Amino acid sequence: MSDERPLLQVRNVGHRYGDWLGCRDVSFDLWPGEVLAIVGESGSGKSTLLNTLSQRLDTSEGSIRYRLDGGDVVDLADLSESAVRRLWRSEWGFVHQNAADGLRMHVSAGGNVGEPLMANGWRHYGRIRAAATDWLERVEIPRDRVDDTPAAFSGGMRQRLQIARNLVVSPRLVFMDEPTSGLDVSVQARLLDLIRSLVSDLGLAMIIVTHDLAVARLISHRTLVMKDGHVIESGLTDRVLDDPQAPYTQLLVSSILQG
Amino acid sequence: MNPDQIEYNIGYLDEQTKRMIRRVLLKAVAIPGFQVPFASREVPLPRGWGTGGVQLTAAVIGADDTLKVIDQGADDTTNAVSIRAFFHKVAGAATTTRTEDATIIQTRHRIPEASLTYGQIMVYQVPIPEPLRFLEPRETETRRMHALNEYGLMYVKLYEDIARYGHIAKTYDYPVLVNHRYLMAPSPTPSFDNPKLHQSQALHIYGAGREKRIYAIPPYTDVESLGFDDFPFEPQHFDQPCAICGSTGVYLDEIITDDAGGVMYACSDTYHCERTAARLNEEIPA
Amino acid sequence: MTTNQPILAVSDLDKTFTMHLQGGQGLAVIRGLSFDLHASECVVLGGASGSGKSSILKMVYGNYAVDRGKVLLRAGGIDIDIATADPREILAARRHAMGYVSQFLRCVPRVPALEVVAEPLIERGADPMDAEERAASLLSRLGIPERLWGLPPATFSGGEQQRVNIARGFIADLPMLLLDEPTASLDARNRRVVVELIAEKIEAGTAMLGIFHDAEVREAVADRVIPVEDFTPMVRAMA
Repeated sequence: MSDERPLLQVRNVGHRYGDWLGCRDVSFDLWPGEVLAIVGESGSGKSTLLNTLSQRLDTSEGSIRYRLDGGDVVDLADLSESAVRRLWRSEWGFVHQNAADGLRMHVSAGGNVGEPLMANGWRHYGRIRAAATDWLERVEIPRDRVDDTPAAFSGGMRQRLQIARNLVVSPRLVFMDEPTSGLDVSVQARLLDLIRSLVSDLGLAMIIVTHDLAVARLISHRTLVMKDGHVIESGLTDRVLDDPQAPYTQLLVSSILQG
Repeated sequence: MNPDQIEYNIGYLDEQTKRMIRRVLLKAVAIPGFQVPFASREVPLPRGWGTGGVQLTAAVIGADDTLKVIDQGADDTTNAVSIRAFFHKVAGAATTTRTEDATIIQTRHRIPEASLTYGQIMVYQVPIPEPLRFLEPRETETRRMHALNEYGLMYVKLYEDIARYGHIAKTYDYPVLVNHRYLMAPSPTPSFDNPKLHQSQALHIYGAGREKRIYAIPPYTDVESLGFDDFPFEPQHFDQPCAICGSTGVYLDEIITDDAGGVMYACSDTYHCERTAARLNEEIPA
Repeated sequence: MTTNQPILAVSDLDKTFTMHLQGGQGLAVIRGLSFDLHASECVVLGGASGSGKSSILKMVYGNYAVDRGKVLLRAGGIDIDIATADPREILAARRHAMGYVSQFLRCVPRVPALEVVAEPLIERGADPMDAEERAASLLSRLGIPERLWGLPPATFSGGEQQRVNIARGFIADLPMLLLDEPTASLDARNRRVVVELIAEKIEAGTAMLGIFHDAEVREAVADRVIPVEDFTPMVRAMA
């Protein structure tokens, strides 16, 4: 938090699918250690925005400036594909809604968590395995499951494994796309609690897409509300949820948050 | 028509095709270990039986070449004999079983025991050219990994082996890094033969007919078999000598000798075995 | 005291809720509220329930948007107008300058009571051992039996949860505390403990802005009472 320069500076960003705009005119700054929630209904453009920010989709308009680990600020559009992939490997994480999209289902849990380390040049089996096992423990997967494949895991465990795989390289920025939807409510609570504590322990910056305002309230500092590809309201999460200004946000809050 | 009256172009393939393959080969030699796509043709054997190797041989062979063909190290199997006969017929090339006399050696599994020399060409028949294929099914993605030098995934395979078996269990088609840059599958050669690729004097060219890829290791190229710091690459080794010729430090085949579980181990390289056995006989005073 | 800079200076504060789901009907809650709050001072917001007292606390805390006016906060290295500050500045103010104690505990499942209470100190860089020691002493004072400290408060009774929440709210040493009926539905013994805690904080220099329905508590702690009804058009209209 002591670092006074934003990690990400997003200005008027949009992504087009042909003639159709997935999202448009999005601007915000993200600082180290800050958790930003992007909320909205399906089709509101929140996942498009997340994919654009993480460079999985191209930036059709606007600019995204990112401060590299070394301190240099770069415009993501200027980076080569290999430089972007280096960011994916070493500075960013991406947690998919469906764990199967973010894991190798037929590779052991240890191999899944170890892969990013190997991609970053780790070449000592013992150390890779030790680091992977430690991370399994941090995400509450028993150490003795290290050689089992995620195909044999429950939904909650798979999602925790995916988180371990993303955090093992100590990223600076993690993107999450509906990480808890599709899980049982009790499993959701545990996962959210885990994400919350990991993010605060590691001082990560995170952008999380969710349709669930309770998720936003529990783990984010700030919230962007999206509708029809536009950000219609933004601010401190508790301000947005407790005193929503835009008609649509009021509708969302009144229809979802009961009790 | 009488089959004897059919005239084939030299090397069976037409000149345009041979030129195309040679151009691809030049590119492959220029970028060691890189898989170059090529327009694989029909040849008179089924795909998967060595059509890639046959096309390569056809593109480089001439009447002054001497061809050796081995299958599992043996010169006398059906496939090896047929391919030798084929090129003798369509290219007028001499054939041999003697490694040191051959200018071109086509193989599926083995690299001969005798050291190869500058000027020789090893031609490999490759079934699956992409070493990352079984880990990453998308060709677009594996190509990108090669382009960006992202080979972490290959180590995942080795990691999985150690986690499961306590050692790297891969004993053939063991992945190598060519010229410190491209990850390459040395086709189904045993890992025993991997060290022979490093700084080899010969040119090694690989053809995958079904997958339509050609790649190469030029002479005097660094070829590193992958491993971990604490689990380095270890080629297979055999404790016993060849039961026929007594050679040690060679690749042995397990031969079942009876119905009672009797087994003997003998050289897979039949030429090497015969030659060594013959020398042994000469040395024994009559 | 008059020469001292106030910790909090509220001026000409307006707040209207626009109910878009009810045809955009405007609900004016506060009009033209101004007051100052100094160190070691306890100011109580007085008035009937529904008069907008909680809204004032929430605006000061940055939880509700301010339509017009200034909410200047100057303490703990923070010098901002809450009314216009960006989220990051408000978060920093909450970290370094102001705390909020409500009667409801909103906390994560699975975290034991002792950690819930110690967390605000640890977040601000305190040694975890020291923080837990202070948390333990607060929980004892508030009559939470030691056997409960290792359990998550979600499993506690309403009264116990409320006391855990008070301990959490009082543990950090912040220049300003906002109290939203912290003593509601506490028994006499625990009410006394809370009054003691407030007195200790004031003694140590903390500025308090609070809502207390309990007249006894209010009289015990208040330096001044602001009659919120004077600034609430809706309540006046209804009266």
